[in-house]
Amino acid sequence: MAVLLLAEVNDGELSLDATAKAVNAVAQLGDVHVLCAGGHAAAAGDEAAKIAGVAKVLVAEDASLGHRLAESTAALIVSLADTYEHIVAPATTDAKNVLPRVAALLDVMVISDVSGVIDGATFERPIYAGNAVQTVKSSDAKKVVSIRTSTFDAAGDQAAAPVETIGAAENPGLSEWVEDKLAESDRPELTSAGVVVSGGRGVGSEEDFKIIEALADKLGAAVGASRAAVDSGFAPNDWQVGQTGKVVAPDLYIAVGISGAIQHLAGMKDSKVIVAINKDEEAPIFQVADYGLVADLFTAVPELTEKL
Amino acid sequence: MKVLVPVKRVIDYNVKVRVKADGSGVDLANVKMSMNPFDEIAVEEAIRLKEAGKAEEIVAVSIGVKQAQETLRTALAMGADRAILVVAADDVHKDIEPLAVAKILAKIVEEEAPGLVLCGKQAIDNDMNATGQMTAALLGWSQATFASEVDIEGETAKVTREVDGGLQTISVKMPAVVTVDLRLNEPRYASLPNIMKAKKKPLEEKTPEDYGVDVSPRLEVLKTEEPPARAAGEMVGSVDELIAKLKAAGAV
Repeated sequence: MAVLLLAEVNDGELSLDATAKAVNAVAQLGDVHVLCAGGHAAAAGDEAAKIAGVAKVLVAEDASLGHRLAESTAALIVSLADTYEHIVAPATTDAKNVLPRVAALLDVMVISDVSGVIDGATFERPIYAGNAVQTVKSSDAKKVVSIRTSTFDAAGDQAAAPVETIGAAENPGLSEWVEDKLAESDRPELTSAGVVVSGGRGVGSEEDFKIIEALADKLGAAVGASRAAVDSGFAPNDWQVGQTGKVVAPDLYIAVGISGAIQHLAGMKDSKVIVAINKDEEAPIFQVADYGLVADLFTAVPELTEKL
Repeated sequence: MKVLVPVKRVIDYNVKVRVKADGSGVDLANVKMSMNPFDEIAVEEAIRLKEAGKAEEIVAVSIGVKQAQETLRTALAMGADRAILVVAADDVHKDIEPLAVAKILAKIVEEEAPGLVLCGKQAIDNDMNATGQMTAALLGWSQATFASEVDIEGETAKVTREVDGGLQTISVKMPAVVTVDLRLNEPRYASLPNIMKAKKKPLEEKTPEDYGVDVSPRLEVLKTEEPPARAAGEMVGSVDELIAKLKAAGAV
């Protein structure tokens, strides 16, 4: 049977990287049908049709699907579920909101944050903030799975697959969108950036986070932060890297003034090259770093920014 | 309004997790256990609703091993009014899946008729992030996940959610399930007098059979392993040396 993959569509725009990584992760399980749902989703559907491995795209446009509200999106997916054995999505906050609801409506367990696909019923997933990896085998007739995108490469391009327009399910009318407060930024998106520069509690203030941002801009990098930095108000919540924030695996991760709490390491330890700059030589971050520099970040980071 | 707060007993977040050598799971014998940190935030929020006059009664629920009554006593000491313990496992290593937990919670909701279920967004052991959403689905209720601000206004709740791009505010019809994120509040510590008082608060013990729910797992755990370790790195002495190493590695 085919795989139904919920694409990440925000405000009409396809999140190509996350969606293409999820497509690649499940391509071995069967024909992949990508569902693009939203107030506007046609353009996203056309783009998704060009992801290698996609057999068909379903576009559902309706005001009730406009802001990925869980109840209406789950109702739509459940209405399509009959002909699919797998219902998957990249493990974004939207999918984590919607997929467990879908799974419960289908009376199956959800399999969250999958980091490895062994076969159609068997999956690997991190537990305990990435301190252990569990292999689970589902006995359910349908598998509802979210894919941890950082562990998969993105699928390439292809000639466009067919696109079909479908209707929305009846809106349960349980919730309404009020507003979004989304960060406007010219920087690359955190979870798909090739380079990430993150600051921690050691940075000390929102004002001083500018030196992290300056280094990031020099490298064309995304900016991240530890939970301690976000909790202290130095950085916005959507910058948080870690177990409860975003999971990243860039080619280069530079951790500045981050001690390296387990829950932060869970979000970045799959990065290819890790650099740690911290004045405390005992900081646990050095245990996962490829290159460690014990230094005062207020002199080392501007120097690095200037010399790169 | 009555508020139902499910709480889970998990390994304390400060304890280093050890994977058992035989691959059968994480070692939880003789390990400090505590309330899931996200659930503490949910308990705190419920207490604040009560203090603000928006909730009359707080019922804490835990589903798991008998020892979870300690977790419920913590919730009672913080300020919950009474507790329900559903003993669904006799071994601490047996994790009850979110789907089964949600089914039991849905039955408890039918009996208790709360106006709000407030729970943590995920448990720090299985990291599933599912129980709240599944409970809402089974009840046909609205859901507001990853809440960093909750404002109950009569028949609706305005909830600000932490999402990938920043913050989203939605308005959900009550009754609702709200799952809470880290920045919603700072949970209080239970005072000694309140810990003593909590021992006298009612704690009812139930079983999954009482609710007609089968808790057999849908996911068979084949093995549990340590994640692959990173190779040891090296320390550099200066910014110049760091740049040279990064260039040599092709990282910049």
